[in-house]
Amino acid sequence: MNASPKPKVAFYWCASCGGCEETVVDLAEDILGVVAAVDIVLWPVAMDFKYKSIEAMPDKSITATLLNGAIRSTEQEEMARLMRRKSQFLIAYGSCAISGGIPGLANQFPREQILKYNYEDAPTLGNGGPKTRPQLKFAEAGREVSLPELHNVVRSLDQVVDVDYYVPGCPPTPNLTKAAVTALLEGKLPPKGSVLAPDIALCDECSRKKSKPINVSFTEFKRPHQLLADPEVCFLAQGVVCMGPATRSGCGSQCTTGNMPCTGCFGPTSRVRDQGLKIMSSICANVAPKEEGDIDKVLAGIPDPIGTFYRYGLAKSMLRRKINLPP
Amino acid sequence: MKEQSNGEIRIGFYICHCGHNIAAMVDCPEVAKYVEKMPGVALSRDYKYMCSDPGQELIQKDIREFDLNRVVVASCSPLLHEHTFRGATEAGGLNPFFFHMVNIREHDSWVHTDRNEATEKAKALVRAAIERVAFHRALEVKKVPIHPDVLVVGGGIAGIHAAMTLANAGKKVFLVEREPSIGGHMAKFDKTFPTLDCAACILTPRMSEVGAHKNITLWTYSEVTKVDGYVGNFTVTVKRKPRYINEDLCTGCQECIANCVYKEPKFLDEFNEGLGKRKPVYIPFPQATPQVVLIDPEVCLNFKRGVLTDKCKKTCVEACGEKKAITFTQQDEIKEVKVGNIIIATGFQTFDAKRVPQYGYGTYPNVYTALEVERLVNASGPTGGEVILRDGKHPKAIGIIHCVGSRDNRTNRWCSRVCCMYSLKLAHLLKEHTDAEIFNFYIDMRTPGKGYEEFYNKLLEEGVQFIRGRVGEVTDWAMTPEEEGKLVLRVEDTLAGFVRRIPVDMVVLSTGLEPQADAQDVRRLFNMSCGTEGFFLERHPKLAPVNTFTDGIFLAGACQGPRDIPDTVAQAGAAAAEALVLIDRGYIEQEPNTAYVLENECSGCKSCIPLCPYTAITFDEAKEKALINEALCKGCGTCVASCPSGSIAQRLFEDEEVFSEIRGLLAF
Repeated sequence: MNASPKPKVAFYWCASCGGCEETVVDLAEDILGVVAAVDIVLWPVAMDFKYKSIEAMPDKSITATLLNGAIRSTEQEEMARLMRRKSQFLIAYGSCAISGGIPGLANQFPREQILKYNYEDAPTLGNGGPKTRPQLKFAEAGREVSLPELHNVVRSLDQVVDVDYYVPGCPPTPNLTKAAVTALLEGKLPPKGSVLAPDIALCDECSRKKSKPINVSFTEFKRPHQLLADPEVCFLAQGVVCMGPATRSGCGSQCTTGNMPCTGCFGPTSRVRDQGLKIMSSICANVAPKEEGDIDKVLAGIPDPIGTFYRYGLAKSMLRRKINLPP
Repeated sequence: MKEQSNGEIRIGFYICHCGHNIAAMVDCPEVAKYVEKMPGVALSRDYKYMCSDPGQELIQKDIREFDLNRVVVASCSPLLHEHTFRGATEAGGLNPFFFHMVNIREHDSWVHTDRNEATEKAKALVRAAIERVAFHRALEVKKVPIHPDVLVVGGGIAGIHAAMTLANAGKKVFLVEREPSIGGHMAKFDKTFPTLDCAACILTPRMSEVGAHKNITLWTYSEVTKVDGYVGNFTVTVKRKPRYINEDLCTGCQECIANCVYKEPKFLDEFNEGLGKRKPVYIPFPQATPQVVLIDPEVCLNFKRGVLTDKCKKTCVEACGEKKAITFTQQDEIKEVKVGNIIIATGFQTFDAKRVPQYGYGTYPNVYTALEVERLVNASGPTGGEVILRDGKHPKAIGIIHCVGSRDNRTNRWCSRVCCMYSLKLAHLLKEHTDAEIFNFYIDMRTPGKGYEEFYNKLLEEGVQFIRGRVGEVTDWAMTPEEEGKLVLRVEDTLAGFVRRIPVDMVVLSTGLEPQADAQDVRRLFNMSCGTEGFFLERHPKLAPVNTFTDGIFLAGACQGPRDIPDTVAQAGAAAAEALVLIDRGYIEQEPNTAYVLENECSGCKSCIPLCPYTAITFDEAKEKALINEALCKGCGTCVASCPSGSIAQRLFEDEEVFSEIRGLLAF
């Protein structure tokens, strides 16, 4: 063991797909440098540490925790609070931790409906087997075990605990991750609450920018699978919803380079409170027809507005959740 | 000038009683006391009339004595006194935009009935302003030059007078008229009341002057199709419809008309209200301005349903000869002009008498509208001034029905103002031309105007009969032998107190004045407002009667409401004067509430550019960023709201200002 203790770092995941964990591995050989420079004290996806040992640590003894995933269950909330207590810097890592991400789309439905569908009604359950729901508590042979409970609402990390920095993306790109870790280790940090990514929209770095006409007048909308997209031309000019104008850059415009429109995972710029609202305002204002019936016809090309405009940000948006859900 | 002094905000707050206007419903001292304790407030006062000289001096004195750097006044509408208080703030040594106004009169005291609640609302509104004003920044008022040229829309007497006034003052005027000739309704009138001047004699010289004036560009048979820009800098697109005659080459000799393949006039003559006939090539009336003929492609044999077939012998072209003025291939011509001010003088339409079927217009041939009678008694009219009825007879008795399509809940509720007087005039003229017995059926005689009542008295002495009562119906159903072959007017004579039946040979319907059929389109085109009845709305009925709510756009004549010729001309002069005020000042002061692009943050997505209603945003190709032309920006905020990355901000409506205002309102 080193005499001067290395800074302690923790990785934790909550409601997420695991992609954010992958991206840490995506640092490739750079990860060795990170590992050499820090003591990893918690990384459930890769290493075996016990929660108890974290609980035993003095408060603020972890330099930084990179937490990905939204907060959806009692366990996740508990862990978020624990990691907050033990860390000097708590970093919301990836779209789900920052703004609810894909799991946040669950805020359109009541919890009961979600559980019922997944354990009882889903077509894959239709083979006549028992439709068993997980029990929160279960006792056998005098020993009681319990499961975490789902909250009614999916929340972003900062809707639960105080967050110091944000690393955006679904998942964050390796270069951003590396820059964030480097900044942490070198102590070269921007003001608290900053998103560690450029504060300019994606169009700025998009190779298709020049091909966007001044007047994009939408006469129809197409989803990516409905056309063979021109790889050079701005998606909006092709009638495909692209979140680029309302989305932070810094990803290296990987999607648009790969001939897919931006879906908005980097979230809005610092000047925008509601990414979905902004892009809707901009796109809808540019719909060509001016009569209501004709406008409806054009907008019918966007069958899932929430999933299109709030794919990663519903939980943190002004909409937040369906209004008649229990809190 | 004092700028924001090192961080410390010192707000001076004033609540105005506005006499009893505010104080009766809002407890002003209570609000002042409430504000006193708010953070940043250095001073809080209530005062009887803040807009008075002592009120304004109070602000100035306090700024100096108490070292204020922000001022909030809670009083009436900013429309009324924002300018006043900004002035007082500036006179006190502060940037005028360190002032903010709260409207607790129109938004509070005038619309509430509970004094406690109104007082609480005033507190909330004031708190919002106090929180907001702390974020105010020093701003500069910009001056934008005014284009000296003026567009006049409509070539009736209003447009003619406005155009002449401006042109005589040395300003360049574009006069656009939809019809082939200027002159409007007045050109159709025979005489004018109450002086019985010949309408043509006083109008046509003015028309020729317009046609010949070096400062007036006259575009008849043309319509405005698009208006861009703002006061001082409008860009107007005008469509010139094809008259199939080259205006520059036509001398008005009318040889083409004489030599048309149609030997006799065959088609309804619009100018004579369909009482006369014209040929496919025609000039609307002898004194038409410009003196240029036109071809009606709907009936000309060289066209078929408006499409050129070139199958006629074209004797007209032959007659035109060397002048070569006839151009069958003429197309719409689009003109674009830049002007600084616009005068709307689009006039009125007369009420469609068929909408009152009980008077039998269109059913009984001898029922006429007043405008038809104007043509009938006119020496240059279809009958040369002889009153011959549609059935060829000369009338021995004539009934004139007032208020047709006026003062009527079933049609138009307003008084058309001119009908009583023109009915009197027509009564006089018909008497003069026919010596028939004339009955006037009126509800009330309305003759306010110089010499009008005297004219009425004169008519009473001429033996014209006046029956007070609204005519119930006009019928040809005879109940007595005397009524056979006559039109019978059934009316309750409200002075005599019984129902009468009066047989006549001719009925004249004094139709009212209505907004033009396309007034709503014109309203949208020029961004004006309309009253409920559809006439264009003036900014203020007393203090700004020729202004609209859009700066640089003025109203003249009956497009604003029914009025007679003297009022129309007076108003046209006033509209011209308002335009001259702006032109001669040379610039307009622009509210600095303009939007600006945060250059480092703009991603160049171009989303904002097509949305700007004032085309103020362009794309800087070198920097690949949006660029807002401040001179063109009117501060509407459309781009600010729609910028997907929040990279456009607006002065006076910065996020922190708006959000702090909302916070203040909600915190209450």
